[in-house]
Amino acid sequence: MSLASLAICAALAAGPAAGDGPPIVVGSKAFTESVILGEIVTQLAASRGAEAHHRREIGGTRILFSALELGEIDVYPEYTGTIAREILSGENLTSNDEIRAALARRGIMMTAPLGFNNTYVIGVRPGTADELGLVAISDLRGHPELRFGFTNEFMNRGDGWPSLRRRYGLPQTDVGGLDHDLALRALANGSIDATDLYSTDADIAHYGFRLLTDDLEHFRRYDAVLLYRQELLRRAPEVVEALADLGGTIDGPRMIELNRRVKIEQQTEAAVAAAFLGVRAPAQETFVQRQTRLLGEHLYLVVVSLVLAIAVAVPLGIVAARRPRAGQVILAVVGIIFTIPALALLVLLMPVPWPREPGRPDILGIGRETAIAALFLYSLLPIVRNTHAGLKSIDLATRESAAALGLSAWSTLIRIEMPLAARTILAGIKTAAVINVGFATLAAFIRAGGYGQPILTGLRLNRLDLILEGAVPAAILAVLTQVLFELAERAVVPRGLRLQLPG
Amino acid sequence: MLRFDGVHKSLGGDEIIRGVDLAIEAGRTTVLIGPSGCGKSTLLRMLLRLLTPDAGRVLFDGEPITERTMRAVRLRTGYVIQDGGLFPHLTARANAALMARHLGWDRDRIAARLDELLSLTAFPRDGLDRYPVQLSGGQRQRVALMRALMLDPDVLLLDEPLAALDPMIRFDLQRDLRAIFRELGKTTVLVTHDLGEAAWFGDRIVLLRDGRIVQSGSIRDLTEQPAEPFVRRFVTAQRSHAVDAATGSEE
Ligand SMILES: Nc1ncnc2c1ncn2[C@@H]1O[C@H](COP(=O)(O)OP(=O)(O)O)[C@@H](O)[C@H]1O
Ligand SMILES: [Mg+2]
Repeated sequence: MSLASLAICAALAAGPAAGDGPPIVVGSKAFTESVILGEIVTQLAASRGAEAHHRREIGGTRILFSALELGEIDVYPEYTGTIAREILSGENLTSNDEIRAALARRGIMMTAPLGFNNTYVIGVRPGTADELGLVAISDLRGHPELRFGFTNEFMNRGDGWPSLRRRYGLPQTDVGGLDHDLALRALANGSIDATDLYSTDADIAHYGFRLLTDDLEHFRRYDAVLLYRQELLRRAPEVVEALADLGGTIDGPRMIELNRRVKIEQQTEAAVAAAFLGVRAPAQETFVQRQTRLLGEHLYLVVVSLVLAIAVAVPLGIVAARRPRAGQVILAVVGIIFTIPALALLVLLMPVPWPREPGRPDILGIGRETAIAALFLYSLLPIVRNTHAGLKSIDLATRESAAALGLSAWSTLIRIEMPLAARTILAGIKTAAVINVGFATLAAFIRAGGYGQPILTGLRLNRLDLILEGAVPAAILAVLTQVLFELAERAVVPRGLRLQLPG
Repeated sequence: MLRFDGVHKSLGGDEIIRGVDLAIEAGRTTVLIGPSGCGKSTLLRMLLRLLTPDAGRVLFDGEPITERTMRAVRLRTGYVIQDGGLFPHLTARANAALMARHLGWDRDRIAARLDELLSLTAFPRDGLDRYPVQLSGGQRQRVALMRALMLDPDVLLLDEPLAALDPMIRFDLQRDLRAIFRELGKTTVLVTHDLGEAAWFGDRIVLLRDGRIVQSGSIRDLTEQPAEPFVRRFVTAQRSHAVDAATGSEE
């Protein structure tokens, strides 16, 4: 089906074909191309009468594929090379048919390739290409003096520079690793002569780089496809049909152009997708609306996780102070949890059972509950540790005096020990709160909202204004949290203890 | 009133109390004295069941102190320790009235009892709203005494209550305390390592060494009929110290 007829279909087929049933959830990875494709799929599904949501910019491959398998999302754009090498790497798949069969065994369907191959390419300046007659990568063999600057990832990948060099027998010695954006600028201004690029990178059009043909077929194909859950065939056949019709409609230059409109012209993905499909773009939030929403989302994550953490960590700290054996175990466990990297923790939490409304799998999955669970887990250490330390620092004479009066262990805890430990416990809660305000920005990786979202988008689009839109309020919030806790200290810490501070 | 019956107690692998038999008479002041580390505080702690004996029995009013009777014993016993053991987050008033409030006494009853204790201990009324850190050492001990006496206990236990005080303040408090003990006529056990203080307070002095009772009797018994050479050495050492102090000579 041609693009024109596709657009007509999209425009015409807006009937309520599949009004009932749960909405179709589209996912996308945290980079522009994926978000544009996700937006195209979402608007296309909506134009076919389905209720469709786009959970954009969700972390990376592992998070998205798990979310798809678990039924958290129904469809997302992926690349055949990534499926073969990362997702199903154990199965040694080569052809698209093999990949399709392997996915089907997991209840996942794969559409026909969308029409472009997003793989690594080697880019050079047009001037260099013309002067030296460079067309293919093997042409580089005759020019050992050329200086290469590759992204750090490419320097280390299995199919990166070391194997590329062996495959083509390249003689160059002036080769270094650097950041992607620096490499682009370095290539443009002549500090290096070649770098690795993604074949649909908007910057190719922007800088006018020339791409060398991979004549020995060193790089694997990364054909863009859509992955969706098998059950979608039953749930929304008209949407599956529309997805199939997308096959072959986006070629390389077209994808570069779509990327360019977002990254260079700074149009929204929704607008670019709508223009591609020939439908009307959804309405946009104003700055104030967006800031209010982000603040609400961020505070929700921080406050809920902190309240839960206090409710659990303070009793745990008390137990730890009372029973040294259990205490060692408790402190060790919360300490270990604290050292788990944030993204790993989020992935670990996704399959945890959690009751959901009908039509959604009963797991934490992606979204705010998972982010809250992660923040909650990180908050345990500072609060447990400080509760334990605060109670342990109370001297024997004080505890014996309380016991000798005839106070029960419980009354001693409530009337004597907790007030005496209040300052230390509060300091632990403050630490947890400030850490949470910062960590909550990572919640954007699993689509839980908050100030991390504009930061993530800004990093992706290389737009400082968006980064600041998230980073500045998050920093202000962290400072306000500090101030708030200093005020709280006056209310919570007994006067008799504050007097004891020197000065 | 209080009795130790063949009591043994080990702490941290060492036997601290090595067979103590001691009956403490009601209504009188008994002083436990002995070198530092001989087990005086450990005996007091067992009277409150802050520690339990490994062997033997500790009796309160003829009854062994058990987990079950412990609370009643504690409510009938006042306890004052060296630095007072006041709760730093509570005012003097709140420290003194803590248990009365906890037991649900009404405001008037608490105020009336505090009034009695203020005059008994000669503690200034305006000090009631101060926190322990705002009080002098002697004042803190007076508050600790008010707290110990709040519920009008039958027994008063004092563990070196004056040891941390300056000499002048200590002298005043010694005088006041003895008057209070005489006035109240409670069963009092006071721990000290100072023989002069023991003689000042004690109707009966119990000298301990290494977890055993060496001799028990009046100060005269100890000085005139020492049971062991150790008693003589202990008395002589303390006396020469006192004489040195009195004549102002250097040690
Ligand atoms: N919890 C404990 N663990 C180990 N040893 C202790 C403990 N408490 C007291 N001791 C030891 O028991 C001995 C007697 O202590 P204590 O009754 O406080 O002596 P005193 O009050 O006569 O100076 C000391 O040597 C002290 O170090
Ligand atoms: Mg002692």
